[in-house]
Amino acid sequence: MSLEIFSQYLVNGLMLGMIYAMVAVGFTLFFGVLDVIKFSHGDVLMVGGFVALATYGGLKAVAIDNPWLQLLVMVVVAVVLTAGLGALVARFLVLPLKNAPPLNTLLITLMLGLVLREAVRLFYPNGSNPQPFPRLLPTTQWQFSGFTVRADSIILLLTGFLLIGGLHLLITRTKLGLAIRAVAQDGETARVMGINFQWIVLLTFGLGSGMAALAGVMNGLYYNETNFGVGILLGVIGFSAAILGGLGNFYGAIIGGFLFAALQMIGAVVLPMLRADIPSAYKDVFAFAALIVLIAWKPTGLIAEKTSERV
Amino acid sequence: MATLSKISKPLLLGAMLVVFVLAGELLRAESQLEVASLFVIAIVLGLIARRFGWMRRAADSADAYPRTLGLACVLGVCALLAFFHEDHFALLLLGSVLLYSTACLGLNIQFGYTGIVNFAGAAFFGIGSYTAAVLAKTGTPHLLVLAAGGAMAALISCLLILPVLRTRGHYAALVTIAFSILFRTFLEVNDTLGGPQGMKVPALNLFGWNLGANIEIGDIEISFYANYVLFALALCVLAFVMVRRLERSWIGVAMDMVRTDEVAASVFGVSIARLKVIAFMAGNFLVGVAGAVYGMMTSYVAPNNFTFADSLILVSMLLLGGIGNPWGILPAAALILILPEKLQFIQEYRFLLYGVVIILILLFRPQGLLPRSLRNFFPGRGQA
Repeated sequence: MSLEIFSQYLVNGLMLGMIYAMVAVGFTLFFGVLDVIKFSHGDVLMVGGFVALATYGGLKAVAIDNPWLQLLVMVVVAVVLTAGLGALVARFLVLPLKNAPPLNTLLITLMLGLVLREAVRLFYPNGSNPQPFPRLLPTTQWQFSGFTVRADSIILLLTGFLLIGGLHLLITRTKLGLAIRAVAQDGETARVMGINFQWIVLLTFGLGSGMAALAGVMNGLYYNETNFGVGILLGVIGFSAAILGGLGNFYGAIIGGFLFAALQMIGAVVLPMLRADIPSAYKDVFAFAALIVLIAWKPTGLIAEKTSERV
Repeated sequence: MATLSKISKPLLLGAMLVVFVLAGELLRAESQLEVASLFVIAIVLGLIARRFGWMRRAADSADAYPRTLGLACVLGVCALLAFFHEDHFALLLLGSVLLYSTACLGLNIQFGYTGIVNFAGAAFFGIGSYTAAVLAKTGTPHLLVLAAGGAMAALISCLLILPVLRTRGHYAALVTIAFSILFRTFLEVNDTLGGPQGMKVPALNLFGWNLGANIEIGDIEISFYANYVLFALALCVLAFVMVRRLERSWIGVAMDMVRTDEVAASVFGVSIARLKVIAFMAGNFLVGVAGAVYGMMTSYVAPNNFTFADSLILVSMLLLGGIGNPWGILPAAALILILPEKLQFIQEYRFLLYGVVIILILLFRPQGLLPRSLRNFFPGRGQA
């Protein structure tokens, strides 16, 4: 394989891994504070992308043409609105079911995902077709002995690393992060210590959803397209990544995200090389099959929860 | 129970008559106005029945006379069949309701009794359909093909047994979700199974009785779907009886134990792994058989019928009916399958509507329409 193609796959894999990791981090945050799975997370991501798209349309209507300014406004609007959506979901769908069986929470958020998906498909103008996402980042190409790198990929990758790093700092170094970790460790005790439980939960859901909105915008910018169905697969993959790494573990989620992207790349590149009759379209089949095998091998993820059973 | 309401057979039969008349009217309704007025009538009747305590009495009578209830259901379906004997579409719907109910009975063993989550119901349904599509062309006797559809679903679910046994809760849910997506993607990229276009399935033929041919008795022409409805009814009744037997047997008791408390169950010497394997495979077998008949009835299989969203629909039928109560499945399946077909204006919005309805049910009536009552070991002999 030429270096050129290899570098393309590498950048593509890193990019996918980054987006997966950002989604997985959300799953892991929610599981941390409330021990619930919010399955609509992928669709929240999709909503984030569409909010950004709608904002772009609005900005064009008022004749703001500077791409950086457009991008900034889009990101801010998408993050704020999506974070609000996440907090609302937590307040009205997840918290009321706090004492219900986990299956109910899983189902209610799965159904919410369905509702969000269908709502965008039906009510966004022409929502059932893929929407072109504006190309706002510079597309300058740099040549390095043999392989090409595009500026927008580099910017997106760097942004992703910075965001995940920033979130990590927020959780490990700030007072807010301390409160989140306290709630994650023991909600009751955290309350006794004077932490506003509900407020922290809502904030965490907002934070995770904002992260998902960013991932949605990144996804749109990278593929120059978004559609109402991107969330379902990204949500499942993000969930898989979070589980693969070990639910509730921040590093596990990141490792899981990149691992899943790596599996997909292996499915797309290595399998067709080994056997000519296996087309690269089997990459998802391979990745999910490998995932099932990995789960069978490590039932609580690569980095296991410290207390897997709470009595 | 502190107060026992008076049980009466005529009341139960009357209630069933009302339910089936409403169902028939729903199947017959053509305009949105009719459907809407039926809805209003059903709600008003329900409220009146509740006001006078008839609902409670009917429910208690149903508990006391399960046989009468079952017989009434069978007779009701037969009456609908006789009424719609030349209406292809109504009979197709009726057949689908029965087959989906059969599949849900299988899922009920998993979700309701043993507490295993399975979000790949549509995938196993699809395995049954595809097995039927492939095998039926080879000239295998069709009864065997149906069994093979179930066996294939059970066999493939063997692949998932290790991860399902080792994991629990969210981790187990992921295994089946991943399988559901894997299966659909696999069908789409696989050319030998028809790819995204799917493939045709020959009509069911039992010992020379071709279920795909219209019947003519004298001047009356009966839609060929009537054959399938009869067959599906037989299958559904058989599955129902088996599931009820299973529930009342010691296996069912042990399954309930595994669901409610694994530790306690293992302390009492119940083999958790064995029961989970039984539940997972038996459940998927039923789903697979239902899928095989469904494939032959619609004479066509395509990957788009077996998506993750369809698995969710199966689960929502279970949930709407009341998890663990096989009686709830039939009305839930009927509502979920027939309503969107009848309300053409919500055809486009039906997934949206499902989502909202299920969310509301989970928020306000998490136990479903007909919740599972406490185990009653001796039905008909009053409650102790």
